[in-house]
Amino acid sequence: MSRIVIKNGCIIDPARKTATVGDLVLENNRVREVIELAMAPDSYGDDVEFIDASGCFVTPGFIDIHTHLREPGFEGKETIATGMDAAVRGGYTTICPMPNTNPALDSAPLIRQQFDIAARHGPIHVLPIGAVTLGREGKVLAPLIELAEAGAHGFSDDGSPVWDAHIMRQALLYSKMTGRPVMNHCEDLSIVRGAPMNEGAVATRLGLSGWPAAGEEVMIARDIALAEETGGRLHICHVSTAGGVELIRAAKARGVRVTAEVTPHHLTMTDRWVLGNMEPWDGKGPYDPSQLAPYDTRTRVSPPLRASEDVAALIAGLRDGTIDAVATDHAPHTHVDKECEYGFAAPGYTGLELALPMVLTLVQTMQIDIVELIARMTIGPAAIIDVLPISLGPDDPATLTIFDPAALWRVTPESLASKGKNTPLMGQEMRGQVMLTMLEGQIVFRREQFGEASRREHGGAVGKLSGVFDEEE
Amino acid sequence: MSSPTTTPRRRHVLDLDDWSADELRSLLTIAAQMKDILARPVKQVPTLRGKIVVNMFWEDSTRTRSSFELAAKALSANVLSLGAKDTSVKKGESLVDTVRTVQALGADYIVMRHGQSGAPYLVAQHFRGSVINGGDGRHAHPSQALLDLFTMHERLGELADKKVVIVGDILHSRVARSNLWALTTMGAKVVVCGPPTLIGPAKYWQSTWPKVEISHSLDHAAEGADVLMALRLQHERMEGGLLPSLREYSRRFGLNATRVASANSNVIVMHPGPMNEGVEIMPDVATGPHSVIETQITNGVAMRMALFYYLATGSEQV
Repeated sequence: MSRIVIKNGCIIDPARKTATVGDLVLENNRVREVIELAMAPDSYGDDVEFIDASGCFVTPGFIDIHTHLREPGFEGKETIATGMDAAVRGGYTTICPMPNTNPALDSAPLIRQQFDIAARHGPIHVLPIGAVTLGREGKVLAPLIELAEAGAHGFSDDGSPVWDAHIMRQALLYSKMTGRPVMNHCEDLSIVRGAPMNEGAVATRLGLSGWPAAGEEVMIARDIALAEETGGRLHICHVSTAGGVELIRAAKARGVRVTAEVTPHHLTMTDRWVLGNMEPWDGKGPYDPSQLAPYDTRTRVSPPLRASEDVAALIAGLRDGTIDAVATDHAPHTHVDKECEYGFAAPGYTGLELALPMVLTLVQTMQIDIVELIARMTIGPAAIIDVLPISLGPDDPATLTIFDPAALWRVTPESLASKGKNTPLMGQEMRGQVMLTMLEGQIVFRREQFGEASRREHGGAVGKLSGVFDEEE
Repeated sequence: MSSPTTTPRRRHVLDLDDWSADELRSLLTIAAQMKDILARPVKQVPTLRGKIVVNMFWEDSTRTRSSFELAAKALSANVLSLGAKDTSVKKGESLVDTVRTVQALGADYIVMRHGQSGAPYLVAQHFRGSVINGGDGRHAHPSQALLDLFTMHERLGELADKKVVIVGDILHSRVARSNLWALTTMGAKVVVCGPPTLIGPAKYWQSTWPKVEISHSLDHAAEGADVLMALRLQHERMEGGLLPSLREYSRRFGLNATRVASANSNVIVMHPGPMNEGVEIMPDVATGPHSVIETQITNGVAMRMALFYYLATGSEQV
């Protein structure tokens, strides 16, 4: 019998909506109990491993329902193995690779291959998303039942929209037999026409063609109408506009089976980033965009960074539950993919290792409660891909993340395990860092000697109140 | 080495966003002196002797390229001009690779035109010399706006409170954007005029240029104007659904004699070229008494000499 006691952390259980400062006792790879600090015993006896989590949060392992692992086909950008390494360092214990690989994940053997490769590398859950249409071409439905039987947890042509409304309608109908959602990348190509950034004042000044909010909203509206009529399960990927949030909110109020996700970058950054140092920073937002040159291709992402009103609406939507999940849209690219003209650059940011500190800025600025935020990174996405329950109650699997909300670190290429170093936040200082990730009792990531030092000082136990009253930083 | 100058010396000319009125006036002063040099029997001075200027035009442009080439030669530079056929975009060579090659060839100046907005900023990050933007996508065409400013200033004097109407495809125009910077900095009242499909929402313009006026009627906009500037209408705009027909465009937004007559009596008519006569400008207007279109071309060489000179010396003392 192996026992681990995670001491003096703030244990967040979003399923119960609780935050408890105290000890999390693990036994045989499962949670045995949560003990409030005041009730903690002076001794847990012998043969106990302690992890000192003073000043840290202890939460269920994060779940990312929107990850690009690039394998097979684009292994120069990322592999399943490097993506998993990045995931555990970002606190993720479940990730869902999107099927825009080459070949696209549109058949059962390709789905099974994802599981096989992931199992060979490591212990976290890799739950692939299957393609909606063959080759992601938007013309012929992929064998959705076979994909689901092979383990696909949802269907998406992400990277591209399911642009044909008839095909989308068929997908929503047919996928009902699988219970899995159709996850659409909402981009009306006839409006957007390849525009590399948000339509607005910045695009007008820079002379870049603009992707108007309507380019996203008309397809969200279309898909909601189709979901409402068919009763199919619709999931909106990376909503980025205020109008999109409002459409989803109204649809949910009518009882439409629709869920939605938002990325950390759409919650914290605006299209002002594309200006770079053309203007001094006005101090708005958590990070300084004037550290970049104008037209820095690392700011290019699809959907693009939007206006500050959109950011505010996305945060409000995340808070009130209109948006169910934070999803990284982790999109690793090579240096070459980005070292070119803005209009030619590959869109997307590396995301798994930056998501937590980015969304924590919303807690630091009192825009969302920490328990709600963690819910959107755990039980929210779990419900979408149907892997509930997720909890840290008695007998739940010890699948968890420990992070220090105050740890300061700087983003450098070396600080990221992902092959993708493509982030506009390169060089910025981040606040908040994952210290330890555990999957079913096994430590799958531990930063340096996190939590070990105090074992010596206290003869195997951490002082009851250490880290609660005596922390300076 | 140090020359009298009021502004920090620039290394590149990528846009006009952060040019002050004083700095713009310095350029007007230098350009006027360069224009005198061009009027001499021997049209050459040694400013850039021994320097290499490479013109890299990923988009075809006869007049801008020729103008830069003549300007560099009048300053005694060695000039290499590469057109779209010579630059190896088609071979898959990246922009950065091409810049490294030109650098290794010993270039001191790159003058570039590129179809992608922002491309000169990428080049500037990888080139140790100076980059002059000869037009990037829809974004900027600083030498054009400067020669326009020079021409307006020659004819009208100080531009404060002068009414300048720019009519045409504003949305896709780098000429319009650079003119907006130069003209608003000099205190002119700028009206941009065209159909909503070729401008976009007014608030997106006014966020950067708060005083710019947006008009969808040239009949109204032309009244009392000091400058009427027509932009070239690209024929491919019709394919994108931005315009129904050239005829309809010409009727509402073409620069004709009636509209010129409703402007100020000493109005000047401008066009950056090449013109679609009969579409955005009527032939009688293009060659009429108010037209300064040929002067723009002549002034273009002087202004481009001034830009090289300014980058080389940081001074307005010729």
